[in-house]
Amino acid sequence: MRVKYVLSEVLVGLWRNVTMSIAMIITMAVSLTMLGASGLMYRQVDDMKDLYYKNIEVSIFLTQEVTEQERTDLQTKLDSDPLVKDVLYVNKDEAYKRFKEMYQDAPDLVNAVKPDQLPEAFRLKLNNPEQYKDVYEQYKDTAGVEEIIDQSRLLDKIFNILTSIQNIALAAAIVMAIAALLLVANTIQVAAYSKRREVAVMKLVGASNWFIQAPFVLEAVVAGLIGSLLGLVALVAAKYLLFDGSLSALQGLLSPITWGDILFIFPLMAGVGGLVSAGTAWITLRFYLRV
Amino acid sequence: MIQLEQVTKTYPKASRPSLDNVSVSIEKGEFVFFIGPSGSGKSTIIKMLLHEVAPNKGRVVVNGKDVTSMRSWKRPHFRRSIGCVFQDFRLLPNRTAYENVAFALEVIGKTKAVARRVVPEVLELVGLGGKEHRYPHELSGGEQQRVAVARAFVNRPLILLADEPTGNLDPDTSIEIMRLLDRINRTGTTVVMVTHDSNIVNQMRRRVVEIESGRIVRDQARGVYG
Repeated sequence: MRVKYVLSEVLVGLWRNVTMSIAMIITMAVSLTMLGASGLMYRQVDDMKDLYYKNIEVSIFLTQEVTEQERTDLQTKLDSDPLVKDVLYVNKDEAYKRFKEMYQDAPDLVNAVKPDQLPEAFRLKLNNPEQYKDVYEQYKDTAGVEEIIDQSRLLDKIFNILTSIQNIALAAAIVMAIAALLLVANTIQVAAYSKRREVAVMKLVGASNWFIQAPFVLEAVVAGLIGSLLGLVALVAAKYLLFDGSLSALQGLLSPITWGDILFIFPLMAGVGGLVSAGTAWITLRFYLRV
Repeated sequence: MIQLEQVTKTYPKASRPSLDNVSVSIEKGEFVFFIGPSGSGKSTIIKMLLHEVAPNKGRVVVNGKDVTSMRSWKRPHFRRSIGCVFQDFRLLPNRTAYENVAFALEVIGKTKAVARRVVPEVLELVGLGGKEHRYPHELSGGEQQRVAVARAFVNRPLILLADEPTGNLDPDTSIEIMRLLDRINRTGTTVVMVTHDSNIVNQMRRRVVEIESGRIVRDQARGVYG
């Protein structure tokens, strides 16, 4: 009977103040969607980092006037360098061939460049891509070296952008969460006020504290769970419309988000939504009902 | 049953104590009136017995339990042994007489079956047989107070506290309520009643404890209002 009583109180409570309940659920849903999205991006960025950094190269471009001797010295040094995993020498012809392939859609550009204008280069794979700095320091003043370019610099920029998008989503989630919490606190106050007579009688006759609090706390938890379900729907819609829709052209660049990823993130959203609402409701009651 | 030992209570910001070194002992089954002018500290005693306010000094023992040192989480269970009636009835307006009484049982974990057995019995006892399904606004003031008494008594408490229970009632109705409290007292329940209704006190001829400015000025076994 008590379980039934508590559950019916929860539904009556949500319904009694339905506009407020809806506002609370919507804010919570938006906040949890942001949280889920930033969680998904976190995995996404991790996956992409693994994928990209594995294939990263450092290019050492040689000057036009490089001598045979300088090139051989450099090659020997690179071959014996413990930081370097792999060395590939690209001569002018090969560089031109690559260039032609890369810009085959722009024949004007290709025609304007002659094979001997392109620099020779060593392409290195490092044992640890993050040790680029050491490599750079070591070879930048070597005779015959024109420029050292690290692809990971470029990737860092891309990942910085992704990370800041992720941080913005997280910040938005937190701001919305604060709004949601205030709404929960307010809803619980209104609910407690509208049930003040019942609460007074319950306290008088010795109803246990959990029994007095449970309907209010559960009301907030149910709102939080509904919010997280809406957030799940929003993420599913986002995957369907964005990743499988308008962004599908970027499929090769972005590592795919699977349905599994979204299902994996849902317990996080539901847990945060439920627990945070319950905590807020409980604290509100401690101040408001003093039970 | 109830002991107040040198109890002093000063509310924050109050210039003088509400209770000043008060000692009272009430035996099981007694019927005690606390009388005195408004603000004399009578209601503070009721609140202390309910573990609602704590004394600054002294000890309060109810049912053998030291209320002074009781932790707040034990309060709900403690309250189940005390029934309470107030001047303003405190009934739930959207529930019938039956539901009001049953509510008090259900929220402390009694089943609906228990309520179905016990509630009609206690409503019969307070003289409301046949009016179980009326709402408070369909009952007279005296009848509403009877519902409140039924609610306070349904759990068979050891102590019944009554804070000006006749304050809102006319003299005839007041006397009926007093008869009811007397009958409850005869079942062995200790009754503590705060009042300034001299008529009633004079008629009942029970123990009277008079309080003035937080001090006990009289404690008489078969007293009158004086």
